[in-house]
Amino acid sequence: MAEILELVLSAAFWTAVLRIAMPYVLGTLGELLCERAGVLNLGIEGIMTLGAMAGWMAVYQGADLWTGVAVAALAGAALGLLHAVLTVPLGLSQHVAGIGVTLLGTSLTYFTYRMVLPQATTPPTIEPFRPWPIPGLSEIPVLGPSLFSQTPLAYAALGLVALVAYVLYRTPVGLGLRMVGENPAAAEAQGLSVTGLRMGAVCAGSALMAVGGAFLTLSAFNAFFFNMLNGRGWICIALVVFASWRPGKALLGALLFAGFDALQLRLQQIVGPALPYQVFLMMPYLLSILALVVMARRAAYPKALMVPYRKGER
Amino acid sequence: MRLEPRASVPLTLGLLAPVGAVAAALAICAALVAWSGASIPRAYALLAEGALGSRLALTETLTRATPLILTGLAAAVAFRARFWNIGAEGQLYLGALVAAWLGGGLLDLPGWTLVPTVLIAGALAGSLLLAGPAVLKTRFGVDEVVTTLLLNFVVLLFVSMMLEGPMKDPMGMGWPQSAPVLPEAELPRLAERTRLHAGLILALLAAAAVWVMTARTVWGYEARAVGGNPRAAAFAGIPVAWVMVRTALISGALAGLAGAVEVTGLKGYLTLDLSPGFGYGGIVVAMLAQLHPAGAVAAAVFVAGIFVGSDAMSRGVAVPTYIADVIVAVSLICMLVATLLVRFRLRKG
Amino acid sequence: MTVSAPLREPEVVLRLAGITKRFGPLLANDGISLELRRGEVLALLGENGAGKTTLMNILFGHYVADAGHVEAFGRPLPPGSPRAALDAGIGMVHQHFTLAENLTVLDNVILGTEPLWRPWSDRAGGRRRLLDLASRFGLAVDPDRPVGSLSVGERQRVEILKALYRNARILILDEPTAVLTPQESLGLFATLGRLTADGLSVVFISHKLHEVLAGSQEVAVLRGGRLVARRRTTETTRAELAELMVGRPVTAPRALPLAPGEPVLALAGATVAAPAGPPALDAVDLTVRRHEILGIAGVSGNGQTALADLLSGVAELAAGRMVLLGSEIVAPSARELVRRGVARIPEDRHATGLVPGMAVWENLIAERYREPRFSRWGFQRRGGAMAHARALIARYDVRGPGPAAMTRLLSGGNMQKLILGRTLSERPSLIVASQPTRGLDIGAVTYVQEQLLEARAAGAAVVLISEDLDEILALSDHVAVMVRGRLSPPLPRAEATIQRLGLLMAGHWEEHGAIAQAGAAHAS
Repeated sequence: MAEILELVLSAAFWTAVLRIAMPYVLGTLGELLCERAGVLNLGIEGIMTLGAMAGWMAVYQGADLWTGVAVAALAGAALGLLHAVLTVPLGLSQHVAGIGVTLLGTSLTYFTYRMVLPQATTPPTIEPFRPWPIPGLSEIPVLGPSLFSQTPLAYAALGLVALVAYVLYRTPVGLGLRMVGENPAAAEAQGLSVTGLRMGAVCAGSALMAVGGAFLTLSAFNAFFFNMLNGRGWICIALVVFASWRPGKALLGALLFAGFDALQLRLQQIVGPALPYQVFLMMPYLLSILALVVMARRAAYPKALMVPYRKGER
Repeated sequence: MRLEPRASVPLTLGLLAPVGAVAAALAICAALVAWSGASIPRAYALLAEGALGSRLALTETLTRATPLILTGLAAAVAFRARFWNIGAEGQLYLGALVAAWLGGGLLDLPGWTLVPTVLIAGALAGSLLLAGPAVLKTRFGVDEVVTTLLLNFVVLLFVSMMLEGPMKDPMGMGWPQSAPVLPEAELPRLAERTRLHAGLILALLAAAAVWVMTARTVWGYEARAVGGNPRAAAFAGIPVAWVMVRTALISGALAGLAGAVEVTGLKGYLTLDLSPGFGYGGIVVAMLAQLHPAGAVAAAVFVAGIFVGSDAMSRGVAVPTYIADVIVAVSLICMLVATLLVRFRLRKG
Repeated sequence: MTVSAPLREPEVVLRLAGITKRFGPLLANDGISLELRRGEVLALLGENGAGKTTLMNILFGHYVADAGHVEAFGRPLPPGSPRAALDAGIGMVHQHFTLAENLTVLDNVILGTEPLWRPWSDRAGGRRRLLDLASRFGLAVDPDRPVGSLSVGERQRVEILKALYRNARILILDEPTAVLTPQESLGLFATLGRLTADGLSVVFISHKLHEVLAGSQEVAVLRGGRLVARRRTTETTRAELAELMVGRPVTAPRALPLAPGEPVLALAGATVAAPAGPPALDAVDLTVRRHEILGIAGVSGNGQTALADLLSGVAELAAGRMVLLGSEIVAPSARELVRRGVARIPEDRHATGLVPGMAVWENLIAERYREPRFSRWGFQRRGGAMAHARALIARYDVRGPGPAAMTRLLSGGNMQKLILGRTLSERPSLIVASQPTRGLDIGAVTYVQEQLLEARAAGAAVVLISEDLDEILALSDHVAVMVRGRLSPPLPRAEATIQRLGLLMAGHWEEHGAIAQAGAAHAS
């Protein structure tokens, strides 16, 4: 027990929590943006996979790290555009379209990786983002080395949470976006383009997801592996429900979740071989299901989520 | 431009849609073939030959198609009632695990009862796994898409745990794999010097049974009503929650059967790479088939052919085998667009 | 910014010329030309399906006309663009409000009024302007309340304020009184008076003659997609308008006097819980007998849906008793009620009545598919079901491509006949009819009403829930009113005047005190 307490109070633990949390933060934020506009994006797993590979590949080919992030975002937005076209103007099943986008994103990622690196057996590495301690703040005990010694991409992710919250609640375009997710006919009657807003939200959200994927290869690790995402995208979808579609709560949820994940990793070391390691690895998935069950009754879904809108349809 | 619903869908259009979608997918993926530097006609010729060009190729394709027919039916049955079972992969593995466990010597039954027992147990395992998300959906309103997806990972970890623990084959030279099933628990081969096994017959029987159930029985009627308009179904007095759970049980059983059939018919033992994504492939199969059981058989053969053929293509010209996954994914997306053109016509203004 | 008339606003502010619109085989608008004068209320009168709403949707850019054009303030209006209509000073209050319930009043009003990509939103300025307009036109609202918590009348105010906030000079109101009590309707007319005095012009769409006569300066009558007459309101009569609107002398079905028989349904203290807050149906007592139609009037959203759901077996009885033909029903379910002879006509044909993607015959057996005539050993007996469907189609005059066709291909009127056939053909002892004629054209309305009267004559008891007071008064033997989940004591039809029902709708009956208290408790 004392061991666990000591662990939870260590700076290394909290550094790990933040590192684990960031892909979830960005993925959840992106999914939240799509769903607030009324579009469920099950393409998230494939989009994050593509983002992880595209960002890493750009850097591996000689681009600098921020260009890698931009490439990931663009690749994500492109897949998002596909999902948006299928679900918004064409009004196709958001479930099936999303699964299609995930299958496409994943397969295209692996295909591209193998095209560029046909023989690589051990994944080649790059020089990832380095921690960037904020002078002064990073010297606070425990909090400092964990919270204020992150990589620039982690700071950027935290900034994006604030930005998305501001845009959603304090700008005209954010209001329009929430409106197309609640009552598209009302937005249309006020002269807004439902199609434009929804497609824009899906593309922007998908770009965020892809950057979340790229965080894995550019900041948390330094290489790209197959099956790297391992269901992180699906967990983000559960986190959006858990967060009641609010950016602040999404950050909180992702941190909480990452906290359990980090704890689980440490516990594995402490408990050792007494329990098979798979039991620990199952935790995140079971935890997500539990979160869904707890929140299901309370969840206030955007009213028009998964309802396609066709202009002038009676 | 706007979409106008068609008064009725001509049969030819319904049959043409998947063909058109597949053709479009192959055309789009030609760009990837070109990127690899291979000649497009030669690559596709190799693919077709590898899938259908010889007796061996054909039987390999049909062997691959066997689990895909079953997972395709699993998806079709569930989607018909608007129950989004995206967890066929997990149900398949659990079915396979139970089959390997019971068939590996745990049960001491005469041969003619052992095979059915093992298969039924595998199907039940898949059923039970999907019962969880079905009850969570109908009782607590928990979205089944995410729960079934997440359970795929849980099951895979569980299988990995069993294969590294209690079910590990002592003769497996350290690899995480189960002991082989008893020879009496194996399905008979259908043809000499091929891997084709009686699982194909089972899959075809399952397709016929699903067809009869959907089109002719009270259960099928209820499932279609619930899928078509759950509120109207409830208003008319159809027990919507029970219909959903029952449909989920059938869907999970089909996916679990797929796993049991792979173990007893093809592999003989269980490893962690038993399925190269048969569960997800089933979704593509169901969509290409427009949820029709007969169509699922045809679509499964197509998807299997793409996978088997692209192995040959990859050996002949330097295109990564992942081209098969891309073609299948693009086919799904093209098929979605095609269903739109089947149901609606484009009108100006 | 304040609302002020441009210096030289022309006398004719809106002109429609030769508007024609087809939907497939249906000619919804046929060469309609109209003008609206400044500071006037033009009533657009017509039955359901006459083309009024289509015309206004073209004007507002939701649809594009096949022919013809629109001019606002002397300038042509580009077709198909709600934005252009808004910019030209046209505001529309739709029949089904276009408000987001989870957002606040202020959010709903300022939506789309600011440049979309401006990086901030001037909410303080918006609130000031909204409150200013609200006080100027007597339309009190709380900007920070979520729209979902407002009454229907308050929501309509928000819709009007939304248009005024955008400097609308022309206001189009589509069936604005359909959701209001008679007293609230008078309030609305007073508001329209203030607006026109301020120089605004109003198009008021309705099919209710007395409202048109009370609230307009000019009347345009549409019938079958064509403009059949234009009259100054002062120079026409109710009778003339009625005949113009329907095209022939009007003969509404009338209930013959019949002696009521034994009680069929009795509710005592029946309560249905709501997902949150006070119960949706609050301790309702009700009795209805053979040969009797009990009309339930009221403004929408006062618990009628909960009552209909309870009597249809799709809502749970949280407290109270339900007795059907002498035996108590503890847990009413759809299947049990159907078995005991309850015919249910749902409020929304599309959403709850039918499965549009299934065949006509499949919908016709939906309540009874397990009976031996339609299934055996778990297999369906298609022959029996088809024969049944053919018989019902002939008897209830369902026009369409036949029993095997998809139900979604039928018109609204024929869908309703399908539901009537499914339920009334089983000789029910109780009929629960919820808004049975909503959205139907005059021919179908008459047909449905005649069927209900026929069933009454044959010995059925009928609970008729309708927001259309004229319909309630034409068919009912007794009338009761729902307010906030409670049901007033029934009035015999002879005593039920529009005036009296209006007072009941506002919550004034013997238990006035109790209702007011309950209201206060809910508000706190």
